Amino acid sequence: MPTKRFTCSLKNLEKISDYVTDYAKQAGLNETQVYAVQLAVDEASTNIIEHGYGQECPSRIDITCDVQEDGLKVVIYDDAEPFNPETVSEPEINVPLDEIKPRGLGIFLMRQMMDEVNYQSSSDTGNTLTMVKHRENRKANK
Amino acid sequence: MEIQTTEFKHCTVIKTSGRIDGSNAPQLSQALKAIIAKGVKNIVFDMSDVVFMASAGWWVLIDTQKTCKPSGELVLTNIEKGIKDSLNLVGMGSYFKTFDDVTYAVGNF
Repeated sequence: MPTKRFTCSLKNLEKISDYVTDYAKQAGLNETQVYAVQLAVDEASTNIIEHGYGQECPSRIDITCDVQEDGLKVVIYDDAEPFNPETVSEPEINVPLDEIKPRGLGIFLMRQMMDEVNYQSSSDTGNTLTMVKHRENRKANK
Repeated sequence: MEIQTTEFKHCTVIKTSGRIDGSNAPQLSQALKAIIAKGVKNIVFDMSDVVFMASAGWWVLIDTQKTCKPSGELVLTNIEKGIKDSLNLVGMGSYFKTFDDVTYAVGNF
């Protein structure tokens, strides 16, 4: 499985998106699904850069794309402070404009956009975020 | 990020292209604040050439809408399907009037 390393900068978000998009297309995902992968990976990467490391840090974001029989698996590795998305409460949605708060939306989007989202953290290997998107026809047949 | 603004009698149209993400959302925010600083609170965001918008961009639009209302309004035009779907998914689509054509959006004011 190919892994590519990106330096931890918001300026790399477009490069990260381009990299993942190539594999999403190879995996046969349709246009809507490709956008979903782009958005989920962008939100995940932004979270790592902004909340994990602090901006413009020199460390790594390694991304592995695995084209599978039924879709695409994206794995993002980083060495930021351990952070478990499961501990973040879901944002309040469909609330009046004045009450909406910019909190937890990125993680909510990752969960909504992808079919599987799994997070693991260890002192040896750092943080590992695994996200899977299945092709629509496979999902529809489930 | 290139941002164009066009002033009309009753509103200002702002247009940009490509991706809006955490790296350039602050630029969009600055441009919108500059429009509001001129006393304009009726704003049309022409999104016909915007291909991607992360939540960082949405927050800029939400903040702008909060500032413009109730005396004015930020409306969106020509939103790409993926962006529109994700906006609606999190219930943010309801915060904005949308148009398929800039001319209609300008005429709305």
